[in-house]
Amino acid sequence: MRPSVIPGFGLSLGYTLTWLSLIVLIPIIGLFLKAAQVPLDEIVKIATAARTWHALEVSFGSSLIAALVNVVFGVLIAWVLVRYKFPGKRLLDAIVDLPFALPTAVAGIALSALYAKKGWVGSLFTPGGPLNEWIAAQTWLPFGLSSFQFDWKIAYTPSGIVIALIFIGLPFVVRTVQPVLEEFEAELEEAAATLGANRLQTITQVILPRLTPAILTGFALAFARAVGEYGSVIFIAGNIPGVSEIAPLLIVIKLEEFDQAGAAVIAGIMLLIAFAMLLVINLIQAWARRRFGDV
Amino acid sequence: MEIRVENVIKEFSRYPALDNVSLGVRSGELIALLGPSGSGKTTLLRLIAGLENPTAGRIFFGEEDASQKTVQERNVGFVFQAYALFRNMTVLENVSFGLKVRPRATRPPKSEIRRRALELLDLVQLNGLEKRYPQQLSGGQRQRVALARALAIEPRVLLLDEPFGALDAQVRKELRKWLREIHDRTGHTTVFVTHDQEEALELADRLVVMSRGKIEQVGTPDEVYDKPNSPFVFDFIGESSALPVTVQGGEVWLGDRALGLRAEGTAPGSYRLYFRPHDVDLVDDGPALVGVVAGARRVAGLRRVELEIGGDGARAEIDLPHDHPAGERTRIAFRPRLWSLFPA
Repeated sequence: MRPSVIPGFGLSLGYTLTWLSLIVLIPIIGLFLKAAQVPLDEIVKIATAARTWHALEVSFGSSLIAALVNVVFGVLIAWVLVRYKFPGKRLLDAIVDLPFALPTAVAGIALSALYAKKGWVGSLFTPGGPLNEWIAAQTWLPFGLSSFQFDWKIAYTPSGIVIALIFIGLPFVVRTVQPVLEEFEAELEEAAATLGANRLQTITQVILPRLTPAILTGFALAFARAVGEYGSVIFIAGNIPGVSEIAPLLIVIKLEEFDQAGAAVIAGIMLLIAFAMLLVINLIQAWARRRFGDV
Repeated sequence: MEIRVENVIKEFSRYPALDNVSLGVRSGELIALLGPSGSGKTTLLRLIAGLENPTAGRIFFGEEDASQKTVQERNVGFVFQAYALFRNMTVLENVSFGLKVRPRATRPPKSEIRRRALELLDLVQLNGLEKRYPQQLSGGQRQRVALARALAIEPRVLLLDEPFGALDAQVRKELRKWLREIHDRTGHTTVFVTHDQEEALELADRLVVMSRGKIEQVGTPDEVYDKPNSPFVFDFIGESSALPVTVQGGEVWLGDRALGLRAEGTAPGSYRLYFRPHDVDLVDDGPALVGVVAGARRVAGLRRVELEIGGDGARAEIDLPHDHPAGERTRIAFRPRLWSLFPA
């Protein structure tokens, strides 16, 4: 290799690799070594168990939904924070980071209290709750709409898991999109306007494509964080095996049963799926970056 | 399309960027807004485009009051200094953008949009590059794409904001000539902003010289160059020298020396005498300005010498043939051919 203009390549690469190994690679290799001690038919048995599959499904499924919801609302929040001036803006900006700082168990307990049947939000969607009573009172509504009743149990169901994962993933999307939006050239919007494009066309055809790489990054971060989340979810999930039991919880259960090998196998599967998904997102990002310019 | 700007005032947080400006642009004219930075030239252009709203005053396109209309409705072609091309679109998509976003009723069919975009790329001499992305083009090519994109919507007026400001000198010159050609071929009423006087003089039918939110002078390049109406214009356009003089008895004096310049009808008093370095005649005798050479430098085919005139350190520059024998401390006598007096 030709010596680079920037000195210190060997040193910095060596340092990077050592650090990455100590912090990330060695623990992961240890995990796979542990899993490899398990005989193959045992691995297959654990991997194909219905309970394992359900847990993985719940984990990745709710993480995906939560990350998608976060993309929509995260971009909206970033937009509002960047584009408008209003009193309390700094405060709102700081609030966005709270899910980073709050112990996730606290968040889980708070959310389950809110979304439980008797909680402020949960009661709205419970039969006999205030919102349902109000709807029932609107007898003037056509098509028998007033007989419509919410019966949506949120806490202690998969819905609760999604809510918790939305909570912890939100800052990732906001914080990745915000700086890109801040640097967005006003001239591009002005150019679109002089060419006759209305606001909707400008946003969908000019602004959003430029935000795509940042949105993908935020999505990947929120998704990855959600897959690994444990603390907040176990308080709100209800943890019913096969219904609202997430994979990390299953791993903890295995550990408590002194089945370290089983835990390692499930962890290994999780890791592989997560890695594959992040790799795909990264590839899409690289493509988007080429396509839409570097962001 | 004729443009009329009537008594326009624009304030940015109480600071006036434009102070009661009125201007008429004739149909099919290529007009330059020229001035130093902060003179309000870009603000005026953006007001015409509708990218800013005037604090007071009105802007007409023909007989129509454009100040009541949004940017989208004004149908102007606007070219930005930094190109403002859409990076997520190919060159062809950029040029067709303005047609594609039209409401269905006025949108041409797809094949027609493509045909027109390709035709415009041909006009700006970029045929064959329609599949490239803006990042893959040079600065000059990008600006030509920007112009094609602006022309695609069949604008009523074409507005260019320092269109060549980000380009290097060679490309600038080329594009300048080429913009003139395009203008002559398409006949759009065109307003462009520049701080480069050479560009303005070479390209424009008329110049609007601006300073501190006001229009100083409007005229053809000849008028503005040969008959500047204020010391500012004299200073800003072309090279100039200024000397403190007095007028007495219809004659211009520097100290106690008559200069051989008649100033009949000018009230006696103190003035500043402005002239251009190349508008001077060397004289051997008679009343004249006399100075000694204090410095010299080569300017293209001429030698520009700085003269110390009189005892009190006044200096002026004049142009001499590059092979003129004058050296340090040589005494030179000259008389300005074209000159103006402005009150001191």
